[in-house]
Parts: sequence; C-alpha cells; structure tokens
Amino acid sequence: MILPQHLRTLAGVDGEVALEVAVPVTVRRVLDALEAQHPMLRGTIREYGSGERRAFLRFFACEEDLSHESMDAELPREAAEGNEPLLIIGAIAGG
Amino acid sequence: MSGVRVLVGTKKGGFVLSADGTRKDWTVSGPFFAGWEVYHVKGSPVDPNRLYASQSSGWFGQVIQRSDDGGATWAPVGNKFAYEGVPGTHQWYDGTAHPWEFKRVWHLEPSLTDAETVFAGVEDAALFKSTDGGDNWLELAGLRGEGSGCSTLAPQWQPGAGGMCLHSILLDPANADRMYIAISAAGAFRTDDGGLNWKPINKGLVSNMIPNPTAEVGHCVHHVAMHPSRPDVLFMQKHWDVMRSDDAGDSWKEVSGNLPTDFGFAIDVHAHEPETLYVVPIKSDSEHFPPEGKLRVYRSRSGGHEWEGLTKGLPQKDCYVNVLRDAMAVDTLDECGVYFGTTGGQVYASADAGENWAPIVRDLPAVLSVEVQTLA
Repeated sequence: MILPQHLRTLAGVDGEVALEVAVPVTVRRVLDALEAQHPMLRGTIREYGSGERRAFLRFFACEEDLSHESMDAELPREAAEGNEPLLIIGAIAGG
Repeated sequence: MSGVRVLVGTKKGGFVLSADGTRKDWTVSGPFFAGWEVYHVKGSPVDPNRLYASQSSGWFGQVIQRSDDGGATWAPVGNKFAYEGVPGTHQWYDGTAHPWEFKRVWHLEPSLTDAETVFAGVEDAALFKSTDGGDNWLELAGLRGEGSGCSTLAPQWQPGAGGMCLHSILLDPANADRMYIAISAAGAFRTDDGGLNWKPINKGLVSNMIPNPTAEVGHCVHHVAMHPSRPDVLFMQKHWDVMRSDDAGDSWKEVSGNLPTDFGFAIDVHAHEPETLYVVPIKSDSEHFPPEGKLRVYRSRSGGHEWEGLTKGLPQKDCYVNVLRDAMAVDTLDECGVYFGTTGGQVYASADAGENWAPIVRDLPAVLSVEVQTLA
C-alpha cells in the first residue's frame, strides 16, 4: 500500500509498504496489518472508538474510490494480490 | 555555562531555539513534524531532556511525540484519548446538546516531580494524565463527571469561537493534590484531591457577553499564570479583563488598571518578582491585533492596576499580529528573560525583564506556543 507522505514520515517508511494479509483481503484487514506493523499509525487513518475512516482521507485502488465501500468488502483482485497498491490519499486543501 | 532552550509550536511544525546565558546568539532547529500543527511543546522540570509535544492535523488527527535528548530526536507515543465512560454532552453553539468529541491536545503539562507523568488539556474540554511517559492516557473524569462539583455544570459548558479547549494547567508546587485548569469558554476550576473532584473558581469574574455576567461557569478565560513561590496567587487574562486572585481562585478582582485595552490572550509572571506581570494587550472583539498597530508588552511591577508599556525593539507601527494564549514564557536566569511568539511568525526575546527586545527569528509559521527551559 502507499501512505501519504506525512504518515510515511510518522511511521519511518519509504515508498510502498508491503503487508501480509489473509484472504479475503479487505480494507479493514489491510489497516489492521498496517497498524500492527506500525503502531504509531493507530488513530491517524481510522478514528479511535468508531474505527471509521478519518473524514479527510480517501482509499483508492485500481482506479476505484473505495472510501464509501464497507471496510469489509474485498479489495479489487489486482490490489488483493499485491499487483496494485491500496492508496491512502489526503484530501487536497489549502492552508 | 547556563543556557536557555525555547520550545516553539507553530501552525506548521515545532522549533527549538537555543542560546547560552547571554541570550544573544541563537541556534534554530526545526521544523520538527513539518506541516503539522504543533500546539504545545514542554519540557519536564525533573529531566530537562524529556520533552513532550502535541502534533495534530485535520487529516491525521492527534499524535504525541516524546524526546529524551532535548528535542534532537523524537518518537511518537500514545495518542488514544478516550473519554471515560459515556462521553456525555455539552451545549453546542445553537444551544442543543452536543456529544463530547476529542479534537486535539492544546496543552501538555509535565509533572513537577516525575518525568514520566504528564497532563494533557484537550478539546473538547477534558484533562488526561499519563504516568508512563505518554504511552497511555486516562481521563481525570471528575472534572466532567459524577461525584464532582462540576457534574451538573459540564453539560452547560459551551465552546467559544476557538473551540471548547482546556488550555491552562497549573500544578501547585507546594501541594501535590492541588491543580488549576481553565477552559474556554467555561472558566477556571480547581482540584484539591489530585483530580478526583473539582470546583469552579470564577467568583468575581464579570463577563457581559453571557446571559448572567457573574455566572458560576461560562466565562471565557484565556490564560492563567502563577508564580511558583506563591501558588495561592493567580493571575488571569480573560476575554476582557486582567484578573487577580489571592485565595487560590476562590475570589477574583480586576487589575486591568491603565492598560490600553484589557483584552488579550497571554499572561505571565516574572521568575523572581512574584508581583511583576506581563501581558500583551490586543484590540478586540474581532480585530485581534495590537492597538494602533504598535506591538507593546505591558508590565506591572505592583501585581496589577499600574502598567507600563515596553516597546524598545518591538515594532511600533504597522504591526497587526496576535500573541496567543500559550505563546509567552519566562526563563529563570538571574536577569529574567521574557519571550513571546506572534501569529506573524516572530519570536521576540528580552534578556532584561522586558526593557529591551529583539527577535530571535522573524519568519516562522504562525506561533501557537512558546515555552522556555533554563539549562544549568
């Protein structure tokens, strides 16, 4: 998966993050694996408590916007197999 | 040789400004956490190399950072601020009940006796405590909850325009069980049992922008300061009025005196003269810049009432910056140093208690907070 630059800095990673995720591969499982590998990212992508996506972030994969899909929906096959990244994108904003 | 370390939080990162005891030549380090809002950075009085920083972002939420080497390197620690039990509600701007929602940490106050213990004042207003260096946080829920003198009052609290933030935390050096906090726009509160129970301490405050100007809660306190040698004497910059209490907040009297305006945000006390105060008057209600475009620190050597403007080295024309509530601090060197930061990105320092000023830096992002460590 690919994180926004600020979260790459926070987690101390460069480029893509490779994760082992059991099938069926879902956004929730990817984020669970990401947070287990990089605990400092907890609360920065999903809200504590509700577990919901933070409002100004979006989840993209295979040219699809998955942000409003269930976090338990399977990722597109190319993303689930690791051929395409799951992208976390910060909303564009000024200031 | 002694020195000072100025910890600066800005809208786009944190900075550490360092100098020896002469406070003439400065080294600027940073930005740390570039691009994030750094509301506050503060060091432990027990271990000056232990720093805590509040880093937040509208995209990614709250992160707490800890340094064990005076700010050279940092590591993220715990960022889970969960309200105790059912969060409850407070008043929203339209008068309806609104659930308590965590937004950010405004202020970090390290313990006076233990480097691993630190308090966090947050928005929506609550007080949290960590006893493991920031890894885990628990709410001191008595401030809002059952069993407290505030339990019937918290649902009445209502945010000001800047949000309902707990922005001031003062620890009593003479009494480990006593602590003061202040919330915008609820008022000031005190605990005498280590945070289990709290009481509002707003008697004497008069706020004409609320329905009952002398209400028990609802006052827009901007900042509270104390001299460590006299922890029962408090000084407050309110939305309007500079106030003083000589009885640990049980009652307040106005000491605005001859200030050009009694509105402002920052207030602090000289390190060696408990009756010497500093404020930065700001024009309001909506302008929030210095009167007449002249940036002036006002000093009272009499605990209030009589104030003198300090201007040497500060811009005296065309200056339209603000000085926010946590953006002033003093060092404890023999000749007390005074520091403040502006929303224009300047950090000014005076090495002679306010007589003369010079900018340490001129072009930082908008300054949110300034703290100073005096190093042996």
